[in-house]
Amino acid sequence: MSLDTRTVRRIAKLARIGLDDQEAEGLRQELDGILGWVEQLNEVDITDVPPMIGTGLAKPRLRVDVVTDGGKREAVLSNAPDRADAFFTVPKVVE
Amino acid sequence: MSYRIEGATGTWEIVVGLEVHAQVISHAKLFSGASATYGGEPNMHVSLIDAGFPGMLPVINAECVAQAVRTGLGLNATIHLESRFDRKNYFYADLPQGYQISQFAHPIVGEGKVLVELSDGTEREIGITRLHLEQDAGKSLHDQDPTRSFIDLNRAGVALMEIVSEPDIRSPEEAGAYLRKLRQILRYIGTCDGNMEEGSMRADVNVSVRKAGEPFRTRCEIKNVNSIRFVMQSIEVEAQRQVEIWEAGGTVDQETRLFDHARGETRSLRSKEDAHDYRYFPDPDLLPLVIEREWVDALRAALPELPEAKRSRLEAQYGVSRYESGVLAAEQTVADFYEQVAKASDPKLAVNWMLGDFFAALNRTGKSIEESPVNASGLSELLALIKDSTINGKIAKEVLEDMFETGESASAIVERKGLRQVTDTGAIESAIRDILAANADKLAEYKSGKDKLFGFFVGQTMKAMKGKGNPALVNELLGKILAE
Repeated sequence: MSLDTRTVRRIAKLARIGLDDQEAEGLRQELDGILGWVEQLNEVDITDVPPMIGTGLAKPRLRVDVVTDGGKREAVLSNAPDRADAFFTVPKVVE
Repeated sequence: MSYRIEGATGTWEIVVGLEVHAQVISHAKLFSGASATYGGEPNMHVSLIDAGFPGMLPVINAECVAQAVRTGLGLNATIHLESRFDRKNYFYADLPQGYQISQFAHPIVGEGKVLVELSDGTEREIGITRLHLEQDAGKSLHDQDPTRSFIDLNRAGVALMEIVSEPDIRSPEEAGAYLRKLRQILRYIGTCDGNMEEGSMRADVNVSVRKAGEPFRTRCEIKNVNSIRFVMQSIEVEAQRQVEIWEAGGTVDQETRLFDHARGETRSLRSKEDAHDYRYFPDPDLLPLVIEREWVDALRAALPELPEAKRSRLEAQYGVSRYESGVLAAEQTVADFYEQVAKASDPKLAVNWMLGDFFAALNRTGKSIEESPVNASGLSELLALIKDSTINGKIAKEVLEDMFETGESASAIVERKGLRQVTDTGAIESAIRDILAANADKLAEYKSGKDKLFGFFVGQTMKAMKGKGNPALVNELLGKILAE
């Protein structure tokens, strides 16, 4: 499978990354290489092997329904590029 | 009754499926320990996980899983002992992670069904496709500043159940009945408060139209409708719009639309042209969710009696009609109230009074049954007074009104106002004779065949007795005297 520049541009747009033509072509080659490498997996016969998600027999640890977090507004807002009092602010989004 | 749109080229039917987002009742959020309580100071119910800080790991809240399973059981649905969480990728200011954790390919709950009842008494089954768990987003405020939107993440990460119906709905009325039934089940089980005004239940509405016998045509999705009335209205106007497009020779584009209730129209939301490319993939931070059959069985055993079962039992146990059981079982508090009154007085009397004067008094005073100044034992006491002939039905209405106003007990009011029913035949007879003597002309008319005047004499006698005569005795004695 090989990737065309249109697909690269689309992926970039979905990820909100701006690319010039040279970057797009560079990334196309790079991604093409990654895909080709991963595609080697297709050579393995996995007809009778169930998909493995996660590691072995591990089950997720669940949490009890108790409030143990929150009340740290300053920490939450510490990386905000812009804020107003208790809120994050962003350029107006109206539909 | 089937819903049809008469167009220029023929008759159209509508096809509707609903995706309901129901906020799960829990203390903490789906993947973090921050509070899931509605409201609160802005950004105070937020953990670093909810805020999408790098390196933070989600941990599943077991109670949210239990709530989804309980709901699935209430919807007669298949419970999947293994389900998975996926990332749904999109950018929006109220979604700090850049993706919503949801369940795409392997939801926790599969197919189920809901029985809905329409106003003409017919019942229909609406299929449930699936129910899955996902995170809610934060809240944007657009009216605080001319150039900026304000973001509050308190709601971000709160657990939602998305409940998807089959495209089985064929009229706006069915859509309304389905939503009401779903909300009733959620409230019975206690998994969502169903409060559409606060946004804890909202619906995406999929609408298409077709002519009889055709396969499905293209559908449009109306996003985020927040009341049952608006869901019904939006279906009506959207179906009409699509019929007009098809009949003008055009084609309906599959798209997302918004319902503008002020204008009574739906509008295209073209701004997100790539919005549907969510690039779902399994969330690498979360192992598949595996639950035990025994745990599901225990949750099932602990479920409360559900609306349909309650209705059947009320009908069998108290002899109420199908219609009456529907009204009584609409809310658990109403059914509980009824059962207390029915047991303490008389089941038939209890249902007549609750559905009649008692509900009327609640409506008039704008109170819910929980806030009623007359509780179940208060109403039972009143009905007992009717049953043992202490007061008659007409006086009882007056007493009930007084109870709502003063909060006094029925017997206290009866004593204070001297409302005891007169069952002394001598007193009733003398009242009747006075009335007949004072209305000699009417008596003569009656004797010459004007039977209808019987009612007039009853009315006059009751009036003379200030309404306190025992109606059966008044009728009986009047008949006897007139036959003399």
